[in-house]
Amino acid sequence: MTLKHVTGLLCAAAMSLALAAGARAEDKVVKIGVIMPMSGGTASIGAHAKAAIEVAMDIINNAHPELGNLPLAKNAGLAGLGGAKVEAIFADNQGNPATGQNQALRLITEDKVAAVFGAYQSGITLTSSAIAEKYGIPYLNSESVAANLTERGFKWFFRTTPIATDFAKIYVDFLADLKAQGGKTDNVAVVHDNTEYGTSVANTISAAFKEKGQPIALDVAYPVNATDLQGQVLQLKDKKPDVIIMISYTSDAILFAKTMQSLDYKPPVLLADDAGYSDPSFIKAVGKISQGVFNRSSWAVGPSGSPSAIIADMYKKKSGEEMDDTVGRQMQGFFVLVDAIDRAGSTDPAKVQAALKATDLKPDQLMMGYKGVKFDDKGQNVLASGLIIQLQDGENYVAVWPKANAAKAPMLPYKGW
Amino acid sequence: MSFVLVQVIVGGLLLGAVYALFSSGLTLVWGMMNIVNFAHGDFVMLGMYVAYVVYTLMGGGPILGAPLATLVLATLGVIVYFGLIRDIMKGPMLAQILGTFGLALLLRYSVFWWFGANFLSMPQDIVGGTFAVAGLRIEASRLLAGVVALLVTFGLHLLLTRTSLGSKMLAVAEDATAAQLMGIRPDTMQAIAWAIAAGATGLAGALIANFFYIVPTVGETLAIVAFVTVSLGGFGSVPGALVAGLLIGVIESLSGYLIGAVYKDIVVYVLFLFFLWFRPQGLMGKM
Repeated sequence: MTLKHVTGLLCAAAMSLALAAGARAEDKVVKIGVIMPMSGGTASIGAHAKAAIEVAMDIINNAHPELGNLPLAKNAGLAGLGGAKVEAIFADNQGNPATGQNQALRLITEDKVAAVFGAYQSGITLTSSAIAEKYGIPYLNSESVAANLTERGFKWFFRTTPIATDFAKIYVDFLADLKAQGGKTDNVAVVHDNTEYGTSVANTISAAFKEKGQPIALDVAYPVNATDLQGQVLQLKDKKPDVIIMISYTSDAILFAKTMQSLDYKPPVLLADDAGYSDPSFIKAVGKISQGVFNRSSWAVGPSGSPSAIIADMYKKKSGEEMDDTVGRQMQGFFVLVDAIDRAGSTDPAKVQAALKATDLKPDQLMMGYKGVKFDDKGQNVLASGLIIQLQDGENYVAVWPKANAAKAPMLPYKGW
Repeated sequence: MSFVLVQVIVGGLLLGAVYALFSSGLTLVWGMMNIVNFAHGDFVMLGMYVAYVVYTLMGGGPILGAPLATLVLATLGVIVYFGLIRDIMKGPMLAQILGTFGLALLLRYSVFWWFGANFLSMPQDIVGGTFAVAGLRIEASRLLAGVVALLVTFGLHLLLTRTSLGSKMLAVAEDATAAQLMGIRPDTMQAIAWAIAAGATGLAGALIANFFYIVPTVGETLAIVAFVTVSLGGFGSVPGALVAGLLIGVIESLSGYLIGAVYKDIVVYVLFLFFLWFRPQGLMGKM
């Protein structure tokens, strides 16, 4: 046996020791797969989501007694699992449903994650959650609003966000309220892209208005990531609806704002369905020419020193961006998932599933303005709720409806620039 | 004809001119070297970022940003030629596809890493906002891009048909070995072609940045249109790309307005396939 062989053997021995030690340390780590658009047209959302999840992990893995009743904040790690730390494994869905599905498969079969969290776009949540369902792994979605996601009879799928049907009702009531105050809101147009999110939300909204006896007057669909939207804006300018409801991701939201200004078109009321309009880069890019746009939200910063304000500060330090509704819902969803794992006291999928089903969080245990978190048989949070916000000064959204939660009165008509 | 329809057609022509502008660089390398540059969209993206940096750091508009973007991208074109293209040209077609595609990803994610994934935008009035002519609304930034598209097309056409440099470049495109025997250096000619092509692409990016959003993945959105424009115009034909760009712009706008935007791609691509059926060499291409 030469020296080389001996060294080789020693190395192998050292490596196996290191591996064994690694495995022991890993017992104390709970892995959660996080599927987000880290590249592609919605990559800005993925970058924000990553920062938000990292802040959430900081809160979970370290002691943050200043955060009051927020579960998991008080002590470091998960008390139910002997102080285990949470580790997020980020996977890029590339804005593509097939890629999202492959990533779910990889996270479950190779990384052996305890649960999957994702995946922003409704169309990708649809495909990736089907894999989790097949393997019997809990899947928590915090921000996809297409109503059909919880209509599939899935047993492992849970969703914390308010969904399209909730918001469609809010839009109907909000516009009825504006009308009662003398606004004209009879003629409603829906503008949406051709993705799962765009088409399904548009359908849900149309159905809600039809039920109220006020069918949608105009439905304008366009291909996602459009190179040009002049035709759509001219169509709207031609038909003159009283209200436009926009269902768009960031790229198209920005192009719409620019095109509307160049063609000098302002609808009396512009109401956006979150997504692109909540992206801070939308406000930076075209906020000044989108003054007065309404949007939906479940996020309010709250008074300084409150848990939500502290979290907003932590997020801003991490990402350099203001906290917005989308990342807020993502952090909230992540907390709900990890809280269930903590209460399950185990990463056994069936136990986590049971704990998720038993979730009953009160408003003071949440960072978002939901009435609570409690799942129905379909896995939908029945206590999710939201409000209407408005970009009055082109820089910051303020809550304007319902009156009980409003910081300011709604400003009409849409000002634009 | 209704007034709105006139606005739609004018909008389509301006859009088409922009398509032509960012396709001219692609048509040059595709037609002259038979190289499909999959990084083309990302060259446009780099041009946009150069213009954006010029604006944010120096407060300069397109008067400064456009020439600088042209210069930066032309330099990059030469570097890319000597560092990558010259070698993969000798390889199989697959090497070219993967090579330029890899370059596209490298550029895209370098910008991603440096600038982040956020959407950026120039101020709306960076080139004089929007003005109305007889009730038609025309965006000055788009008009500028359209005018430059015409100038670039005209300039490139003159260069290729009326100058000795152009003749040498065409000679190399025709038969590099024969050209070499005539005392022309293929390497130099092709490097110049890359510099011109990338420079024109950078110029296009800098001008598009004035009215479009800026994001690392914007090249993906724009590249497909460029490929269609070039194939329709005829591989390597610069005036062909202009006519094709204008055609596609008007067809897209009209079908988007009349039939609905989700169907406009169907109309464009059906007409495109139908046209290639009868004239596979494109509008102005040679067989």
